[in-house]
Amino acid sequence: MNKLTRRRMITASLAAAAGASALGVAAKLAKRYGLIPPDSGGIFGPGETLTYAAQRLLTRHSVAREFSRSQISRDPFANEVDPLGEEFQRLQQAGFADWRLVVDGMVAQPASFSLAELQSFPHHSHITMIQCEEGWSYIAEWTGVPLSYVLQLVGALPQARYVVYRSFQPDWWESIDMADALHPQTLLALRMNGDELPVRFGGPLRMRVSRQLGYKNVKYITRLTLTDNLKRLGKGLGSAAPEAGYAWYAGL
Amino acid sequence: MAELRGLRHSLLVRITHWLITLAFLALLVSGLEIVVSHPRFYWGETGNVNTAPLFKIPIAASRATVPTGYGSVLPDQNGWSRYLHFQSAWMLVLTGLLYVVAGVFNGHFRRNLLPALSDVSAKRLASFIAQHLRFARPSAEEAWSYNVLQRLTYLLVIFILFPLIIWTGLAMSPSFVSAVPAAVNVLGGQQSARTLHFLLTAALVLFLLVHVLMILLSGFRDRVRAMITGHAVGPVGRG
Repeated sequence: MNKLTRRRMITASLAAAAGASALGVAAKLAKRYGLIPPDSGGIFGPGETLTYAAQRLLTRHSVAREFSRSQISRDPFANEVDPLGEEFQRLQQAGFADWRLVVDGMVAQPASFSLAELQSFPHHSHITMIQCEEGWSYIAEWTGVPLSYVLQLVGALPQARYVVYRSFQPDWWESIDMADALHPQTLLALRMNGDELPVRFGGPLRMRVSRQLGYKNVKYITRLTLTDNLKRLGKGLGSAAPEAGYAWYAGL
Repeated sequence: MAELRGLRHSLLVRITHWLITLAFLALLVSGLEIVVSHPRFYWGETGNVNTAPLFKIPIAASRATVPTGYGSVLPDQNGWSRYLHFQSAWMLVLTGLLYVVAGVFNGHFRRNLLPALSDVSAKRLASFIAQHLRFARPSAEEAWSYNVLQRLTYLLVIFILFPLIIWTGLAMSPSFVSAVPAAVNVLGGQQSARTLHFLLTAALVLFLLVHVLMILLSGFRDRVRAMITGHAVGPVGRG
């Protein structure tokens, strides 16, 4: 073995060792700063982690594009909804007077709100686009209570890292991190285009996450749970979407 | 058989070539699966089944909500397709960056892809196009160097088509455009970005077909071996 190749081998092994330890440090830091999504395991874990980490580093505070009133879609598409059943019909016939939103988990004061109470809270509106993962989209004006207001009201504990939200449809539950939960455009939406939110669009209460795809915008919200750990919920992948094969983070 | 002379393709070019091939094929398959869930394309910001499309692909869809005229609904493959699409996109972007940065610094583009100024004439181009249209077997010299038509095509693919398809892909991301709204605004809207993304795919597939056809015509085994081992066979060694 001549000098050159020995020097090269030493350089190469030093570079490999440095690379490996850099990766280790990066993984530790990523975990520490919440850059690892709950569905980071499996063969698609690297891609998901890169996407989520890049978005959290670059777009944590950015706001979704807002449009003018004239750009509101005249023909929005609600997508199909699984049958809601008799109990929902009873609630609907009573004008959703008995609809409750339960807030629990890592909060100082667990609470349960009626729609009337939610309607009395401060409202925020934005005209934004909702995109389905299939490729279609529409623009609408969404009005509702900022999720951050409700979280403040119940006293979200500082160690809470995710908000899990559940629907009247038990199979459709989701979660978002605090960056999205406290985002100014994230709403518990009660109204659409100035009117009561139609049932097919998620009325009486829909989670509107402005920077994520349609399936994170769960319809018929009944419960919010704050937690620091998604591993104990369902299959431990963060929400129903990855259990059905879809990414937990739907900002892309 | 002629003796082996030097390396036709550097190790970096060979590795990045095959990684990008793999990523591109994964992006193509998963991208087409995603299109199958909504084979309609629009122009502007928004579009859905209640909107008139710019054009449709005449296939059945994997969603019952899309009026395709077909009675059947294809199985939904979007979950793994989307996971695979974005993971492959990362692989393509990172590998492509490595290739481009290295190529700029080590003179790969200057040496192998930038055409000589004297070659960029209508006459020279026309003669190469005519040669291609006759399916003429390339000269032995071309095992070692690209002609002007090849050089311009590779530059178009590397520096125009791939950057555009990455840009239009990012322009569809709701979170990315919240940070960089101009990325989608200058394209005319999110649905325009999706339509352009699809048309750019068609352009890249056309390139791939011609690329593979040329390799078949000019000697499949020699060309593929050159891209795997780096060694080319030919009388005129200029590598």
